[in-house]
Amino acid sequence: MKIIVCLGNVPDTTTKVKFVEDNTKFDAAGVQWVINPWDELALTRAMELKEDSGNSVDKVSVITVGGKNTEPTIRKALAIGADDAVRIDLNPEDSYVAAYQMAAYLKNEQELHIVFAGTESSDYNGAATGGMLAELLSVPSISSVSGFELEGDKVRISRDIDGGTEHLLVDIPMLAIVHKGIAKEPRIPAMRGIMMARKKPLNVVPPSDVEALTEIVGFELPGSKPPCKMIDVDNAKELIDLLQNEAKVL
Amino acid sequence: MAVLAYMENWDGKFKKSSFELVSYANALAELLETNIIVLSLGPVSEDELSKLGNYGARKIITVPDVLFKTLDNQVFSKVISVVAVNVGAEVILFSHDNAGKALAPRVSVSLKAGLVSGATGLPLSVDPFTLRKKVFSGNSFARQIIKTDKKVLTLAKNSIEVKENRGSVEIEVFQPDVQAGDFKIHMEDVQKQTGKVILTDADIVVSGGRGMKSPDNWGPIEELADLLGAATACSRPVSDEGWRPHQEHTGQTGKIIAPNLYIAVGISGAIQHLAGVSSSKFIVAINTDKDAPVFEAADYGIVGDAMKILPELIQAVKEMNAS
Ligand SMILES: Cc1cc2nc3c(=O)[nH]c(=O)nc-3n(C[C@H](O)[C@H](O)[C@H](O)COP(=O)(O)OP(=O)(O)OC[C@H]3O[C@@H](n4cnc5c(N)ncnc54)[C@H](O)[C@@H]3O)c2cc1C
Ligand SMILES: Nc1ncnc2c1ncn2[C@@H]1O[C@H](COP(=O)(O)O)[C@@H](O)[C@H]1O
Repeated sequence: MKIIVCLGNVPDTTTKVKFVEDNTKFDAAGVQWVINPWDELALTRAMELKEDSGNSVDKVSVITVGGKNTEPTIRKALAIGADDAVRIDLNPEDSYVAAYQMAAYLKNEQELHIVFAGTESSDYNGAATGGMLAELLSVPSISSVSGFELEGDKVRISRDIDGGTEHLLVDIPMLAIVHKGIAKEPRIPAMRGIMMARKKPLNVVPPSDVEALTEIVGFELPGSKPPCKMIDVDNAKELIDLLQNEAKVL
Repeated sequence: MAVLAYMENWDGKFKKSSFELVSYANALAELLETNIIVLSLGPVSEDELSKLGNYGARKIITVPDVLFKTLDNQVFSKVISVVAVNVGAEVILFSHDNAGKALAPRVSVSLKAGLVSGATGLPLSVDPFTLRKKVFSGNSFARQIIKTDKKVLTLAKNSIEVKENRGSVEIEVFQPDVQAGDFKIHMEDVQKQTGKVILTDADIVVSGGRGMKSPDNWGPIEELADLLGAATACSRPVSDEGWRPHQEHTGQTGKIIAPNLYIAVGISGAIQHLAGVSSSKFIVAINTDKDAPVFEAADYGIVGDAMKILPELIQAVKEMNAS
């Protein structure tokens, strides 16, 4: 059985976000790129499932839609333990394009088993690619997945809902859109992994022809907000008064 | 032409975010000079459905089949797409919550309708159809155009005021061509937290960070939350340490919330934490370090020891509640 992990490449979350060209482009100068946090957890979970001999997972592959600049991120995923990688050579303009490219590639897979995607990219917050990919592949998708166990040819899933968790049983093939809880801590590549990653296959494939459905035309930084009103520690009660009579939220 | 709003229900009930979505659909339909249709899947009483009429819904299509009690992304989005085609919907709306995020992308593909997720208000322009949304986890906004004739949107919480607009409602029962065998997701059981305010619904949230020092110090946080009818939350290290359940973790990698009031106690205000709470209407920070970044995001702040300040706030709220 094979697990495919969709791997997004995003600016490190502490990046000071800036825009150029009259606020129409993200300023990538000096930015450190990382695996999208959810995808890092998804990959970690995929590795755990493969290492657990009770399961029949024999391969973990990662797939990215992106230019050559995404290769350091892909190599990191290989160092964490993925067996091989595919890069579809295109910078996607929107989630639909990313999903379409991956679907076009995955449709050629002999047998599709399990696909992991993250809840959202930490840069454009599309929250869409996983669901779109599942629809394009005509497979069931489960969102808000916080737990994933294999049980023979079925999957046992914890799905978060407002104020609770559902436990579900789903057949394979399926696509899981994962978030918090799927793995405890993201795995950090070990030296041996980094060495081995250099020799693992990273296949670059040409993109399919497809048009984006949406376009980002500009950015704005949030306006500056009024300074914080400080309340004297010896008069903490005043806070409640202000919340009640000034902010009117109590 | 129509604006179609998908209305999620929670055990047959709607929430404030549902009424927000109807209010939004109503305002959007006005802008596009078209009418609004609401679609509800799963068993919901006629009384409950009629509540949507208080906010502008005039026609409601309902699929009362019990099969639709468990969310199956594939089947639900198929039914939504079928209804969208039947009613000639030009825009299909969802709330930007678990269900909306699960369904909107699939509907977008099946209708070949461009999707903007997490729109923060009405379109800035209808031609080209342009929306604002948060990007970089709340650090900035983008203007995104949908280029297709049909459009799909998910609406971020607190993006529009709930507006009353009463009138008569027509309820139509729809029986989609769906069999039990089409559902590929089988519910084994559900665990629900009971008797507590649900974090994602709460108007007020009291949240503790590592500055609380120990899980044994959460008493005053819980008491203050209790008195305010608030939900409790925490920063990531606190849930990682197991001091608090992981459902309480807010931030970029936790829950993203937008209450009216967020009280951050002993939280430094890391960018990843703020990403989950920066849409709150008001933020209060209590921290011993006057230079903690949380004060840059806060509206009100107190520099000092939480263990000393919390009891005083509790006392003040008791007095407020008594008067
Ligand atoms: C990829 C990534 C994703 C992340 N996602 C999240 C996320 O979703 N949510 C999240 O919260 N974090 C997240 N983090 C972690 C984040 O960077 C911070 O480490 C974390 O938010 C710090 O938590 P804290 O404020 O509770 O603790 P600290 O940073 O340790 O701050 C504790 C604060 O308490 C104050 N304090 C100490 N004693 C007292 C006292 N007696 N009274 C009052 N104040 C006191 C201190 O001055 C300090 O400001 C993420 C990190 C990464 C790298
Ligand atoms: N360019 C991409 N290549 C591979 N996977 C992607 C790409 N963009 C998004 N994804 C996957 O889709 C998830 C959600 O992304 P998004 O819809 O962009 O918010 C991410 O967590 C990834 O798993």
